Amino acid sequence: MGGTTAFWYASRATGVVALLLLTAVLVLGILVNRQGRLPGLPRFAVTSLHRNISLLAVAFIAVHVLTAVLDTYVSIPLVSGVIPFASSYERIWLGLGAISFDLMLAMIITSLVRGHLNRILWRAIHLLAYLCWPVAFAHSIGSSRDLQHGWLLDLAIACALVVVAAAGWRLASAARQLPRAARVAAILAQHAPHGLHGSRQAHERISR
Amino acid sequence: MTMAPVNETVNETVNETVSETVSEATGGAVRPSASGLPRLLPLVPGVPEDLRVHLARYGRPPYQGGPGHLIQAVEQAGLTGRGGAAFPVHRKLAIVARARGRKVIVANGAESEPASHKDALLLRAAPNLVLDGLQLAAEAIGASEAYLYLHPGASQEILRALNQRAAAGLDWLGVTIAEAPPRFLAGQESALVNRLGGGPAVPTFVPPRVTERGLGGAPTLVQNVETLAHLALIARYGPRWFRALGTAREPGSMLATVHTKDSSQVVEAEIGAPLRTVVNPEGAQAILVGGYHGTWLPAGIVNTLTLDNQTLSRHGAAVGAGVIAALPADRCGLAEAARVVRYLAAESAGQCGPCLNGLPRMAAALAELAGYGHRRQVRSDLERWTGPQNLVTGRGACNHPDGTVRFVRSTLTVFAPEIALHARGHCSAINHGAINHGAINHGAANRRAFLPLPDSMPLSEEDWI
Amino acid sequence: MADTMRVNPINCTGHGVCAELLPELIALDEWGYPILDPRPVPPSLDLEARRAVAACPTLALKLTRQ
Repeated sequence: MGGTTAFWYASRATGVVALLLLTAVLVLGILVNRQGRLPGLPRFAVTSLHRNISLLAVAFIAVHVLTAVLDTYVSIPLVSGVIPFASSYERIWLGLGAISFDLMLAMIITSLVRGHLNRILWRAIHLLAYLCWPVAFAHSIGSSRDLQHGWLLDLAIACALVVVAAAGWRLASAARQLPRAARVAAILAQHAPHGLHGSRQAHERISR
Repeated sequence: MTMAPVNETVNETVNETVSETVSEATGGAVRPSASGLPRLLPLVPGVPEDLRVHLARYGRPPYQGGPGHLIQAVEQAGLTGRGGAAFPVHRKLAIVARARGRKVIVANGAESEPASHKDALLLRAAPNLVLDGLQLAAEAIGASEAYLYLHPGASQEILRALNQRAAAGLDWLGVTIAEAPPRFLAGQESALVNRLGGGPAVPTFVPPRVTERGLGGAPTLVQNVETLAHLALIARYGPRWFRALGTAREPGSMLATVHTKDSSQVVEAEIGAPLRTVVNPEGAQAILVGGYHGTWLPAGIVNTLTLDNQTLSRHGAAVGAGVIAALPADRCGLAEAARVVRYLAAESAGQCGPCLNGLPRMAAALAELAGYGHRRQVRSDLERWTGPQNLVTGRGACNHPDGTVRFVRSTLTVFAPEIALHARGHCSAINHGAINHGAINHGAANRRAFLPLPDSMPLSEEDWI
Repeated sequence: MADTMRVNPINCTGHGVCAELLPELIALDEWGYPILDPRPVPPSLDLEARRAVAACPTLALKLTRQ
C-alpha cells in the first residue's frame, strides 16, 4: 500500500464496507435457509435483505475495484477485477479478490435466471458462498496492511467469528435434518407412537 | 345380460402341466363366445396358459405394420384404464403416438395395493395376453423402449414367457423388466418413471405429464397390465366384441379382488354386474369398494348396487383397482380403518407438507377413535382435515392424500355408530359390555386383522429404490 | 388471460413469505404451508402476485396461464 490519493482511500474504505456486507449476506442467507427470522421484522424482510445487500455488496466492490484501478500510484489493470492474477501488483492477493468476485457474480447471475436453471445446479453454485467468503477474507487481509493491525483487524476477526459461528450452526442443522424417507416415520412416532393402541389414550381423555 | 363372475382363488397351487384338453382347436385362434367369461383369466382356473396354449387359444398378436387402426378400435371399444384411474386408454395412446422422437411404453404390474391381487394373478396365469397387449400398444405408439415394471418375486414366469416369445419371434420390441419397491406409491405414474430413471419411487410434480415428458424426457405411455390384456383382445376380436359385455358407458369385463370372511379371490366380472353376484354381503357389516383409497358402503346397500362407476359414484364410491372387501360383522371397523390409515400415512413419500403432516395426525386420530373414549378435539380435528376446506386434499403432488381423506371420510360416515359406541367404552366386535378405561383389547377376533396389510414400514431411502 | 397461482408442493418448505406478501389470496395452514385461492388472480393484485412468486425462496410458487 502506498499513495495517499482520494481514489486509494476510497478503494480501501469500500473494501472494508464490502467485507461487512458480504458477512451480512452470508449470515442472512443461512437465516433464509433455516427459515429464521430477524426480531420484529416480517419473513420477507430476511429474503429481501439477503438479496438486496448482495447487490449492494457487488456495487461496493465495483467501486472498490474501479477506484483501485483509477489510482495512479500503482498500476492495476481493470480486468484484474474479474480475471485472477492479471495484476502484477500484489498478484496473489488481488487474484483472490477476483476469484471471490467471480464466484459472487456466478451466484447472483444464476439467482437472477433461477427459474430457467436446474435446481441442483443452482444450489451447487449457491453453495460456493462458503468458498467465496473465505477467499474474499483472505484477499482483504492479504492485500491491505490496514486490516493487519488495529481496530480494522479486530473488525475483520469479528466478521470471521460470525461467519464461523453461522456456518457451524448451518452444518449442525444439516446433520440433524431427517432425510425425506425418515420424515413421515418421525411424525408417526410423535403422534401415534404405539401403533393402533396409542398410550396417549390411556392418559388424557375426556369421555363423551 | 349379466354373467356370473368366474373365480380364481388367489392361493391355489398353480398346475404347471398344460393339458391338451384346454384348447378347443389346434392352430388358429379360438374366438370366445360373445357372451363369454372368462376373457382374461384362463379357461380352466388354476391352469396358466403357456405360450403354446396361448397361441392355440388366441393366435399370434395381430400386428398392423404401424399405428394402424388399433387406437381407433380402442376408442370405439371404450376401454378405460384398469389401474384405478379409469382414464380413456385411446386418449393416452393418441397423445404419445402423436409425439415425435423417442417414445417409451411401460406395462405397470406394480400392484401396490396390499388388498389387490389381480395383476399378480394375471401375470402368473396369462402373461402372454399382457405381453401381447404391450407389444401391440408399443407398435401403435411407435415406442422404441418397452418396460415391464414388477414387484420382486413376480419375475420367473414372466422371464420364461419373454424367452419363449423371443424364441418364437413374437415380440416387436425387446422388453426390459424393471423392479418396483414394495411401496404403495410405487405404481403411481410419475413415481414409476422416477424409479425407471434410477431415482426413488416417489412422485414428481405434474405438469408436465409423463405422456409429454417421461422417462429420460421422452413421452411415456404407462398402462396397467390388465388394461394391456384387454387391449390384446380388442386387437383380435374388435370393439363390438368388447362391448358385448358391460354397460354402454363402461364396457367390458374387469378383474376384481374380493375379500370375504371365507376367502380372498380374484374374479373376472362383467362391468355393471350386480354387486351381490361379485361379493356375498351376508354376514358383513360394511363393504369397502375401491381399495384403501376407496369408500366404505353400508352392507345393506350392496343389494341395490352394480359394479360400475356410474352407479357407485352416486354413493361417493368408485371401482378403482377392483378391490372389494366385505367386513364381517364380528370385526371392529374402526380398528381396521385405523390400521389402514396408519399404513397409508407410513407410505407417504413425505415430500409435501400437507400430506407429511396431515396423514400421520389422521392416523393418530383414528387410532384414538378406535380406542375407548376419545378427546372431543379428535373429532373436530378430523373434520377440519377432511372437510370442505380441503386442508389435505389436492395439496400434494399426487393423489395419495386425496385418496386417504376419502377413505377416512367414509370411515367416519359409515362407522359413526361405532364411533359413538367406542366413546362410551363399548365395541360392537366384543361380546361383553363396558370395558375399563385403559389400554384397548379388541380380543382375539381382531388380533387376526381382516384387511391385509404388510408388517413393515419404509424407513430409509433404500426402501424406495 | 388471467393467471392462476399454483404451488409445487414438493419444492415448498413452508417459508411463508408468499402469505405475507399476498394475504388476500394466500393463507397458511396449521403446519405453515400455503393455501392458495384457486380463482384467477384479479388484475388489481397482479403485481403483488408476481412479487410473491419472485420472493419465494424455493421458487415453489408459480403463476400459470389458465
